[in-house]
Amino acid sequence: MADKKFTGTSSYIATDDLTMAVNAAVTLQRPILIKGEPGTGKTQLAIEVARSLGKPLHEWHIKSTTKAQQGLYEYDAVARLRDSQLGDDRVHDIGNYILRGKIWEAFDSDEQPVLLIDEIDKADIEFPNDLLRELDRMEFYVYETKKLVEAKHRPIIVITSNNEKELPDAFLRRCFFHYIKFPDQDTMADIVDVHFPNLKKDLLAEALNAFYKVRDVRGLKKKPSTSELLDWIKLLLAEDIPPEVLRGDGNRNAIPPLYGALLKNEQDVHLFEQLVFLDRRTNPQ
Amino acid sequence: MLLPFFYMLREGGMKTSITELLTLLEAMKRGLAGQSVDDFYFLARTTLVKDESELDRFDRIFGAYFKGVEDSLADLFQEIPEEWLRRQAELNLTEEERAQIEALGGFEELMRALQERLDEQNERHEGGSKWIGTAGTSPFGAYGFNPEGVRIGQEGSRNRSAVKVWDKREYRNLDDSLELGTRNIKVALRRLRKFAREGAADQLDLDDTIDKTARNAGLLDIRMVPERHNAIKVLLCLDIGGSMDDHVRICEEMFSAARTEFKHLEYFYFHNFIYESLWKDNRRRHSEKTPTLDIAHKYGSDYKLIFVGDATMSPYEIVYAGGSVEHWNEEPGAVWIKRLLNTYPKAVWLNPEPRDRWDYTPSTKLIRELMDERMYPLTIAGLDDAIRELH
Repeated sequence: MADKKFTGTSSYIATDDLTMAVNAAVTLQRPILIKGEPGTGKTQLAIEVARSLGKPLHEWHIKSTTKAQQGLYEYDAVARLRDSQLGDDRVHDIGNYILRGKIWEAFDSDEQPVLLIDEIDKADIEFPNDLLRELDRMEFYVYETKKLVEAKHRPIIVITSNNEKELPDAFLRRCFFHYIKFPDQDTMADIVDVHFPNLKKDLLAEALNAFYKVRDVRGLKKKPSTSELLDWIKLLLAEDIPPEVLRGDGNRNAIPPLYGALLKNEQDVHLFEQLVFLDRRTNPQ
Repeated sequence: MLLPFFYMLREGGMKTSITELLTLLEAMKRGLAGQSVDDFYFLARTTLVKDESELDRFDRIFGAYFKGVEDSLADLFQEIPEEWLRRQAELNLTEEERAQIEALGGFEELMRALQERLDEQNERHEGGSKWIGTAGTSPFGAYGFNPEGVRIGQEGSRNRSAVKVWDKREYRNLDDSLELGTRNIKVALRRLRKFAREGAADQLDLDDTIDKTARNAGLLDIRMVPERHNAIKVLLCLDIGGSMDDHVRICEEMFSAARTEFKHLEYFYFHNFIYESLWKDNRRRHSEKTPTLDIAHKYGSDYKLIFVGDATMSPYEIVYAGGSVEHWNEEPGAVWIKRLLNTYPKAVWLNPEPRDRWDYTPSTKLIRELMDERMYPLTIAGLDDAIRELH
């Protein structure tokens, strides 16, 4: 069934366990639920899976007000009412007022698509329950037109969650699950390498050291993650900062330059500055 | 073929179901785990584990099963990395607790002694005054009564003066073998919803539209109304530190559930009991306090007041001026809670301690009297009752 296997792409490093989880989901045609720290590439995964398998991607971004029904279809009763007032001919066919949602679009795709349901935890707590049958049987019923919509090809469904709400057991049972761990220093070097292939070795090593040191600072509200690291390196390159500065040679530069890219929270920046200040006082050179 | 493994997972407390086992078998049949044990491990993990909190547990059960080790599951949960003990302690101990530790020659000393004894001791132990185990007077172990004690592997809690509960391992802060999940709490809290319409008019008001259209001689007159929002207001007061450390997890869950469920949620922390001031940020609890009177004046009496605390303390802390363990309080806590209760007629106290222990703690009895018996256990059923009381 699965003619191609997902193995990561030229711009996305997938660890062995992630590859296995994705391939299991692709082979058994079941949704895969991805969790992990923000900024570890959960959403990116769906995009890369679609790209590497050469399949079309449908994205459905969930907001706090999103209802499950909106993913299937919506019946625009107000438009129909208006048309009936104006004597429009369209009004006789109710099908004209059924607006397709993202799931319908994916079901209707001529080749097997990848469907991304992004940040499912943002929606109402009952949201996943409302999608059980759709994800299981890959079909739903349109009451207005009395039509059953079935998936032409069962889509590869990638669901991401930031853990803001717990998902119901019945929903979880239907999914494969993968938790993207924060990458270790080696994997991280691979990831950076994919994004900045010409980065000097020593700069990368120093940048990673500085980065993991910042991550280790206790009490940070939001630890910098992969996406922040990539942004930061982009800035370092743009500013052409030499590796020696990162190492903190010459004590005045003990704060990593441009650290604003790593710390996004005012309190964190403040805490970090205080710690560096204390460190300098206790270890004067 | 994987049935013993499956049952071992379930014995180990994982909620793996038959559906998931069948999925795993199907995946294996499709040749997904063909090449190596690693592949099988990854496949089993992605199929059987549904939450990152269970990863560690799964790893240990998997390891035990496939190494052919016939250890009892209990032994799997007992390892405590020394590094972790130290780090957690530094994070969690208050000043006074640190001072108490000094009584035994300081934390380093306590930990070194613990390490030595862990090394010396190889078998399970109960009673006695030196070995680590349960029900003794050694500073280490559970259900003991040494004030400088470190608790190890204890599910419930008995003597409230131990330094810190080290129930499980490092992954404990991801592990959640609790009967209450945030999901359950949220579902229970939902009952407290009271909807009101406010904000921008963006929903069709069908009744009004029909009415107006009819009056308009059949010409359409569309009427819109604002969406309904949850208009309930909640004032949440959480006990923090000391004996509440055991219940941190459940309180966090309660708090995070409440935070997403209510738009008007104000929260404050207190230590053991309510006095003349509360605070919002535990790191700055001594510098940024909010006077209790200001709270009562600022938030109207339509707020529902919820206390979360184990109500376990010395009775002096409630009924005497100067009874507080942290500072000198001019007026007894009982006076302060009465003031709050006068302002907020709808109030409950949620207690994470099991109900059958309440009678053994005099302070719990006292608080129940002060609250007019409106104390409920922090379980789904208790929460349900509490919500009914608040309505």
